[in-house]
Amino acid sequence: MFLINCPFCGERDQSEFSSGGEAHIVRPKQPTELSDDEWAEYLFMRKNIKGIQFERWNHVHGCRKWFNVVRDTSNDKILSVYKMGEKPPVNYK
Amino acid sequence: MPNYRIHKTEYIDETKRVSFKYDGKTYFGYEGDTLASALLANGIHLVGRSFKYHRPRGIVSCGAEEPNAICQIGSKKDLTEPNVRATELELYEGLEASSQNCWPNVKFDIGGINNFISPLIPAGFYYKTFMWPKSFWKKVYEPLIRLSAGLGKSPTEPDPDIYDHKYVHYDVLVIGGGVSGIIAAKMAAKNNFKTLLVDDKKILGGSTIYQNNESIKIDDKLSNEWLKNEIQEIKKLSNLTIKTRTSIAAYHGYNFLLAKENLTDHLPEEKKKNKIRQRLWKIRAKKVIIATGSIERPLVFNNNDRPGILLSNSINKYLDYYGVTCGENIILFTNNDSAYETSISLHKKGIKNIIVDLRKSASSELIKQAESLGIKIYFNHVVTNTFGYRKINSLEIMKLSEDGNTTVGNKIRLSCDCLGMSGGWTPMVHMHTQSGGKLDFRDEDQVFLPKENSEDQISVGSCNGDFDLENIIDKTVNKINKFLDIDNQDYRDTNIICSKENDKRNIWLLPNKIPLGKTKCFIDFQNDSTAKDIKLALKEGFRSIEHVKRYTTTGMATDQGKLSNMHALGIIADTAGVKMGTLGTTTFRPPFTPLTFGTLVGRNVGKFFEVVRKTSMHEWHVENNAEFENVGQWKRPWYYAKNGENMHDAVQRESKAARDSAGILDASTLGKIDIQGTDASEFLNRVYTNAWSKLAIGKCRYGLMLNEDGMVYDDGVTTRISENHYLMTTTTGGAANVLSKLEDYLQTEWPELDVYLTSVTDHYSTASICGPNSKKILKKLFPNLDLSDENFPHMSFKEDKLENINCRIMRISFTGELSYEINIESKYGNSLWKMCIEAGKEFNLTPYGTETMHLLRAEKGFIIVGQDTDGTMTPSDLQMDWIVSKKKYDFIGKRSLYRSDTIREDRKQLVGLLTDDPKEILEEGAQIVSDIKSKPIDMLGHITSSYFSPNLNKSIALAVVRSGKTMKGQKLIIPMENKNINVTVSDTIFLDKENKRLNA
Ligand SMILES: [Zn+2]
Repeated sequence: MFLINCPFCGERDQSEFSSGGEAHIVRPKQPTELSDDEWAEYLFMRKNIKGIQFERWNHVHGCRKWFNVVRDTSNDKILSVYKMGEKPPVNYK
Repeated sequence: MPNYRIHKTEYIDETKRVSFKYDGKTYFGYEGDTLASALLANGIHLVGRSFKYHRPRGIVSCGAEEPNAICQIGSKKDLTEPNVRATELELYEGLEASSQNCWPNVKFDIGGINNFISPLIPAGFYYKTFMWPKSFWKKVYEPLIRLSAGLGKSPTEPDPDIYDHKYVHYDVLVIGGGVSGIIAAKMAAKNNFKTLLVDDKKILGGSTIYQNNESIKIDDKLSNEWLKNEIQEIKKLSNLTIKTRTSIAAYHGYNFLLAKENLTDHLPEEKKKNKIRQRLWKIRAKKVIIATGSIERPLVFNNNDRPGILLSNSINKYLDYYGVTCGENIILFTNNDSAYETSISLHKKGIKNIIVDLRKSASSELIKQAESLGIKIYFNHVVTNTFGYRKINSLEIMKLSEDGNTTVGNKIRLSCDCLGMSGGWTPMVHMHTQSGGKLDFRDEDQVFLPKENSEDQISVGSCNGDFDLENIIDKTVNKINKFLDIDNQDYRDTNIICSKENDKRNIWLLPNKIPLGKTKCFIDFQNDSTAKDIKLALKEGFRSIEHVKRYTTTGMATDQGKLSNMHALGIIADTAGVKMGTLGTTTFRPPFTPLTFGTLVGRNVGKFFEVVRKTSMHEWHVENNAEFENVGQWKRPWYYAKNGENMHDAVQRESKAARDSAGILDASTLGKIDIQGTDASEFLNRVYTNAWSKLAIGKCRYGLMLNEDGMVYDDGVTTRISENHYLMTTTTGGAANVLSKLEDYLQTEWPELDVYLTSVTDHYSTASICGPNSKKILKKLFPNLDLSDENFPHMSFKEDKLENINCRIMRISFTGELSYEINIESKYGNSLWKMCIEAGKEFNLTPYGTETMHLLRAEKGFIIVGQDTDGTMTPSDLQMDWIVSKKKYDFIGKRSLYRSDTIREDRKQLVGLLTDDPKEILEEGAQIVSDIKSKPIDMLGHITSSYFSPNLNKSIALAVVRSGKTMKGQKLIIPMENKNINVTVSDTIFLDKENKRLNA
């Protein structure tokens, strides 16, 4: 069970959070201009990395804020936490 | 009665005699005994029958690894418990236990016939044999297996015991109270770490607490005496908490661990009452020190499973801890030094014993000690067979060849009444691997060891592969100093003398002149798998250890293969000709030992099982005979049974009243989200399929919300309260998810929007009054409100006061009738409801529940998201194209509405169905076909909603049918178990298509 450091509330138990999948997938600004394939790419395709992954979490039973997490999925270590809109840390690429 | 208790020990209180029943017979033991030690003191070894061959089996060990001595405790329907290990169960007055897995009884067992047909029961037997004919499975195989191989009986009534949960936080958690755990805990606690030490036994000390060999000394004291002093010392430490009878069940990530504390299992029945039985500890520790020790390995030879054959060290513990000898003429069969400690202990107590040692020779202090005591040792020998049906009475040994691959010379037959075996030691790396740690393999003594790779977790003592006391203490002290970054000097001058093991010889499957196919070399005692089974699995092509394990069921019983996994791996490696370390291991999954469901659930039973949400009107509903339906966590009135009506009659009455005069529904549970901000209109535009910018203040609009994949997600009416203020309603079950989804878009995709969302579901109570007389009732409640269609038309909103309390009134309808929803602050909900009922009396205002609501809306063809939709329906599939804006540039899910799949014409689409026989009510979920004769029958869809409409006096249904939109008027068939029902596809709206009733 993870301990997650909510950027707004501090360190809390995983049971207070819900996971929102891969981060930095931006909703296309003009969906109607996209082909079926391009739209499917946005809608369905996820990387599901073994290793360092950027993902979204929501402090759903807390402050209700969404934020980003850098997690190594091979050992579940959370390496970094940052707010929505902030640039992802570069040292984890 | 024989008495095998041959001397007094400090752990057995001989002044406190305890009587207990085993298989219906009364025996005596003492306080301090386990059930196993008390049985052995009474000369009882035979405790069960093996799972597959029903061979007699005896007690093998003295701890959690026990595969055979598995009991059923008690016989009460609510308190009986299966699969309890006799080796761990502390004896108490009045204990009733019985052996499991034998029918009709342990001494005469019908299943024993399996032993003689065993050549017919190879690996994968169950997969291969019980396949055909199919009917045999239900009628023959299953009842037979259940009867003869039952793994205990579950209680059939609710557990009356109390269980508890507790959260704790510590700087350091030490798992295991043996010598290394005690040292680690002392060092941590003395250096200001808030420390928790847990041990599964009744007292601390592990195996060192009964170790009393002259060649093992610490500071000139016997090791057990030295350790007792240490235990006295740590008990005085203020920031050390010690929990005995507490075992770690699971080690999860981020040092989150679950431990089970046994509080009353050792107490007599009358003292257990009204006390918490077990407590689940949820532990967060900054650092975890694993000191779980090791388990002695059995040896794999022919007929190694007879009662009277135990692990050598267990014989030692029964003797020196419990004062019980396992026999009077004992043979110890070993490949290492530890059996010599047992031998010397037995010898000192006057128990005749000899040693059979695989090794060609050995030369440690312990061996010299045994030799000087005149104990007979057969070096370079192997046990090739054992004899005795209900208990071992003799065995055969032979000399080993130079390479150890075969036996040479003549058989020597030796008589005995007990055999101790020691195949070396297996470090308990379960906790380490559960936490995510990896393992290394040490060839020298064939053990898997924790690979250190973590800053917050470490293994010390024999679970780390350090087996002699000097090694254990020195390494533990060094490692803990480093791990905790401290400089503790307590053990700097500790002087340790111990015998050093110099010689090793490991053979996983011992050689035998008899062909393997004719031997019974057991690896997994509980699941009865043999070396032959493992070899057969390899022959049949299985390679992965995980596959061999499942095919042969090795390691899959309740002991999870604590004694068998290493041998299975070793034999696979030998047979496949690969190095053992390269195969990896099977996964060590939690729990380490079985947990009761009660412990896991804790206090969350009965009415605490789940949170219950009640509306302000709940008491009134209860008083008026409402039957309730669970909708999410809400309790909603389902129907109100009047004068002993059944559900059907109540629903018919309620439905008719609502259309003929007036009905009232508690709609408080609908989700309500307060939306404010200068961009609120734009936000709604983006989340709903229809347009919102032009909705006038004071007006309401129905909205459909999609997922980004274009599928209907939720629906509800939203009201514009002021320029920048809306009140959205959602389905009862979808409220929380809708809020989450909206927050997601707002925070992550459109942070530029000035919009604030607040859940106000619990803040308002809602009474919904519908029917032709609803306006008259409203007039009585709000005499100053202009209810004319001009001032207050359908889909609009007004504010007024009810006895000075603000109300929000929406004229909206989910039934197709003229209808008003009155919202009031929750604390006034009950008063509002009662005033409505009072005002409605003269109009037969009838309270109705969810079932009637569903029926009324189905008559009008209104969908229920989650009933008529299932996450695969687009607005078009629902024949709701009218609600999808063509003009809006974008909204959630818009692009998906013209993907190649969503524009298919043969998607399942919502239709109405009318039965040819209007009295016939269809079953929700039933399949729909057009041609009953084709095989396989082509399934076209299924029924989503079905009712008997009292207002139309006929059966109506909604269904999703492939290409349903084009099928109006077509005949279809609903095939049921004993008949086919003929139906005709109809419009989805069954009543008042012209919406005349809305303005009646
Ligand atoms: Zn937070």
